[in-house]
Amino acid sequence: MEFLQPADLREVLETKAAHPEAVPIFGGTDVMVDLNFDRERPGAVLDLTRVPEIREWSRKDRRLRVGAGVTYTRAITELGGLLPGLAMASRTVGSPQIRNRGTIGGNLGSASPAGDALPPLYASDAGIEVASVRGVRMVPVEEFITGPRTNALRPDELITAFMIPEARGPQQYAKIGPRNAMVIAVCSLGLALHPESRAVGACIGSAGPTPIRPHEAEGFIEGVIEEHGLWESRSEIPASALERFGALVAEAAKPIDDVRGTASYRRHAVGVLARRTLTWAWDEYRRDAG
Amino acid sequence: MTQAPIRERAVTPDGIGESVGRPDGVPKVKGEFEYSSDLHVDGMLWGATLRSPHPHASIHSIDTSETGTMTGVFAVLTHEDVPGRKVYGMEIPDQPVLAWEKVRYQGEAVALVAADHPETARRALEKIRVDYEVLDPVTDAEAAMAEDAPRLHLSGNVLRRVDVGHGDPGATAEVVVEGEYEVGMQDQAFLGPESGLAIPHGEGGVDLYISTQWLHVDQDQVAESLGLPPEMVRLTLSGVGGAFGGREDLSMQIHACMLALHTSRPVKMVYGREESFYGHVHRHPAKMRYEHGATRDGQLVYVRANLLFDGGAYASSSNAVCLNAATFACGPYDVPNAQIESHMLYTNNPPCGAMRGFGAVQVCFAHEAQMDKLAEKLGMDSVEIRMKNAIEPGMKFPFGQEVPYPAPVREILERVRAMPLPQERESMGRDLRELPGGVSNTTHGEGVRRGVGYAVGFKNIGFSAGFDDYSTARVSLSVEDGKPVARVLTAAAEVGQGLVMVQAQIARTELGVENVVVETADTRIGSAGSTSASRQTYVTGAAVKEACEKVRERVFDLAREEFGESDGLAIEDGNVVSDGLVVAPLAEVLGDAEISETVEFHHRATHPLDENGQGDAHLQFAFAAHRAVVEVDTELGLARVVEVATAQDVGKIINPLALEGQIEGGIAQGLGLALMEEIQIDDGRIQNASFTDYLIPTILDMPPVKIEILELADPEAPYGLKGVGEPPTIASTPAIVAALRDATDRDLARIPVRPEHIVGLEVKP
Amino acid sequence: MKLRLLVNGEPREADIWEGESLLYVLRERMGLFGSKNACEQGECGSCSVYLGGTLVCACLVLAGQAGGSEVVTVEGLSEQGRMHPVQEAFLEAGAVQCGFCTPGLIMATHDLLARNPGPTEAEVREALAGNLCRCTGYEKILAAVQTAAERTGT
Repeated sequence: MEFLQPADLREVLETKAAHPEAVPIFGGTDVMVDLNFDRERPGAVLDLTRVPEIREWSRKDRRLRVGAGVTYTRAITELGGLLPGLAMASRTVGSPQIRNRGTIGGNLGSASPAGDALPPLYASDAGIEVASVRGVRMVPVEEFITGPRTNALRPDELITAFMIPEARGPQQYAKIGPRNAMVIAVCSLGLALHPESRAVGACIGSAGPTPIRPHEAEGFIEGVIEEHGLWESRSEIPASALERFGALVAEAAKPIDDVRGTASYRRHAVGVLARRTLTWAWDEYRRDAG
Repeated sequence: MTQAPIRERAVTPDGIGESVGRPDGVPKVKGEFEYSSDLHVDGMLWGATLRSPHPHASIHSIDTSETGTMTGVFAVLTHEDVPGRKVYGMEIPDQPVLAWEKVRYQGEAVALVAADHPETARRALEKIRVDYEVLDPVTDAEAAMAEDAPRLHLSGNVLRRVDVGHGDPGATAEVVVEGEYEVGMQDQAFLGPESGLAIPHGEGGVDLYISTQWLHVDQDQVAESLGLPPEMVRLTLSGVGGAFGGREDLSMQIHACMLALHTSRPVKMVYGREESFYGHVHRHPAKMRYEHGATRDGQLVYVRANLLFDGGAYASSSNAVCLNAATFACGPYDVPNAQIESHMLYTNNPPCGAMRGFGAVQVCFAHEAQMDKLAEKLGMDSVEIRMKNAIEPGMKFPFGQEVPYPAPVREILERVRAMPLPQERESMGRDLRELPGGVSNTTHGEGVRRGVGYAVGFKNIGFSAGFDDYSTARVSLSVEDGKPVARVLTAAAEVGQGLVMVQAQIARTELGVENVVVETADTRIGSAGSTSASRQTYVTGAAVKEACEKVRERVFDLAREEFGESDGLAIEDGNVVSDGLVVAPLAEVLGDAEISETVEFHHRATHPLDENGQGDAHLQFAFAAHRAVVEVDTELGLARVVEVATAQDVGKIINPLALEGQIEGGIAQGLGLALMEEIQIDDGRIQNASFTDYLIPTILDMPPVKIEILELADPEAPYGLKGVGEPPTIASTPAIVAALRDATDRDLARIPVRPEHIVGLEVKP
Repeated sequence: MKLRLLVNGEPREADIWEGESLLYVLRERMGLFGSKNACEQGECGSCSVYLGGTLVCACLVLAGQAGGSEVVTVEGLSEQGRMHPVQEAFLEAGAVQCGFCTPGLIMATHDLLARNPGPTEAEVREALAGNLCRCTGYEKILAAVQTAAERTGT
């Protein structure tokens, strides 16, 4: 096994081009489990932790460019105000030890449908910045994750960052697990209100082969809000509409039975989470009026 | 609080009854304590095990030719290389040391390698070619009972059956409740994985440094399979990272010794977490059908129960579990008529055996659910119905044994009921960490309902049913650096519970000396029996106590020789005293003498059950009652335990802090079984052999515990004490599930309770 | 490959196989067995160490990733053989039974108190959620952390 440790972005892209089979590693929370459990023996491992460019984040025109190597801990402490949904999701990841090492780029790279960082990215239409010696391209997150544990990366490419608008409205993330900490999501839900664009973004986690945007549910609730002029009045969303939103989200899920939960429970639970997270986000939106 | 007066004496500092610190505490907090996985000697090799990927298969051939030539590989061994008995097992030697002809569960050991690095060993295992013919597995106990089921062992698929018949088998009652209950397969999930170091000692034998619960039963089995006399296989206890029953059977002991003897090099074996799930036995899954009959005023008339346990592929301690379950099936209640059938079956699932609570856990979940059902049907309070039927000393258990004093079932129920309930708080707007779902942010108070549940359970302490249960202790007293020092040697396994501390406390109390050294347990001395059945403080404690008493008598003999006849001799504060007056400092009395006494303590004989399941089977009974308060998000099925209150009779508190630790830790394991812990098996294959998917409670799952202790001395036991390790794990589970039922109005007849059960969704079978 | 680390203030080096974790190197190459190997996947926290001042699970760090960095293990907490107040508190509170989780919990507590000298009970629970203990039921661990906080806080 070869251990490759480039020191900057240019070098890391060249290394990846020269060793397309090399497995990138940052926090190791997935790669090391595969190594320790003898599931994978890659010919080469490419350490990204020494590349300063991917550990940085920056803000311009109310949009953020967040390096793939930003850890969950930093997402909470540094980005909590700008990306509250992502910060809430990050708080549900593992333990302090895991959050100190694990990165959002790692979630994108692993492309597990249970990745906690993914629903908030979907709910805010994040774009994934992918780079190689051939150049940089931007892929919408919904296109980037292509299936369970597969993504749109080409062999010579690395995830360098994601681009996301900073929150302009309330955001929520909720996740089901059979214990009160340290769980992989049985299912989850990310939700973001975008009052300026008069949109509601939602994303189901861990109840389908990839995270799922419930487009019909989003359209439905956006319609209800428009119809009643709620963006302006900030009145309550009618209970029946909240119920319907939950039901439509549940319908959009494509869950399976597995060791962590049953399909029927997952479908049920994402519906409940959708209703609750929308209620909480909307309550916050109403409070923010004053 | 009553205690059998042993003799009048001054209180010895750090003696029994005090929260004495652990002698192994300092190295443990400094990271210097040596666990078996930390062992290391120059030139050692790493052993690794090839395991069957199939739950049931015939083995046509094993080809190791490719492995043998690999660089860094020093040995490749199969069943052909087992020098002695090719099978092992504590009760029935039915498990192959290394499989031949057949494998009967996924993960069964097939071959071994020793190599210079763990990675070399893993790559070497890959090169071993095993020609398997896959067979249909028998995947549950009911299937194993079928007439046309494949016979997994020559003896058939019935591993054990125990019937208990008591009173009138045709008894009828005014009120009847029935129920079917199921318990999933729980894992001990000790944190320190199986590991050990075997070093050839040069005379054809081997020294094994090992974490285990019972050195001598390991020694016997290892020696038998190595074809060596036991004295050629010397075992020394290494640091044990928890046990809970999971280290009673052998794991890598014989394997490491075989590799060491074959290579003439030290060999270390350490299981990873995944391998650990295949490397030890688990708690038996159970299916239990119950029928309770009672009068209209709630007096039990009869209990009928059919208990079905999945023993897995090999016997382990299933025999004893089956008997325990049969004897505890009715709970600690006065049941005039009982018909109990307890069945233990072989299957192609992972072998099951000892785990904390040992057969009492499964039936307690069922009988306590039945008691609640009965109370509900009668419109009675759930504590009242238990108190009304509580057994008392002098009554007879359904298995015919007289209930000995003390049996304070009513008192402990009263105590838990009387403890103030935690204040009910508004759930909306609370800190997430104080809500079901925790930081995962699933509720801000919506759907949260509180429930309260009670349960009481009991269990035998010590080995039962005619087993000659004993422990050996050697206590020496001499002067070192001018001070009297007592040394205690036993083969009893310290597994975390604090036995090393208890032994020192007993020696201090009995010998009145401050300095006590508890030596590392090994097989230089006779057996101490197993660290299981909550028995060590009782049995090894008694052996240490008696050895101390003999040493003390010899000190008095010396004192009389030197200082003349004197009355009322005692050792206090480092002095030999006569009627309270100092005769001489103990060091002076001892001089150059080393006084050493070895005692084998055998507890009162127990007896096997007769063909009707009747007999004085058990030594001692320990009782604990629990009250659980839970909060349930009824819409999502997520639960948070708010508090567990418990009352337990311990006879005599030996070490208050350690006692609380046993109770709190035992409750945590009971909570785990109630809410999350299950090895999930699909078609004979474990689906969750990792800590990512086999979940045990975290600190965010564990509630505060309120404890009340009763000290009703058992007149037969040393200091009147009772074993304390297991009772906390028994009734805590049904109390939590009862609280969930209270909050949700659902049946919840299976544990662990899953969110889908709480919300009432169809669950696949 | 050759690996150089600064471990508990001392420069150390070892020849390693590239696939070894930092935990394996600390234990098997450097003889520092205080960090425990219990799950190999970051679920139990028994291998918690500081890497460059950050609390991590050593089992999830590929050894090469730590090259040139400073590592502090549980063995590095005592000074001149004197126990750290967190270690003393664990002893006194009865927070140690089998002790396999203890080094990791002590490291995690040390880290928590460095970030938050006066944590609430809920904060303690959240901070230690990644350190599994199978023996104690955590009650005595909570008590130990509170004691340590009182002694180390201002």
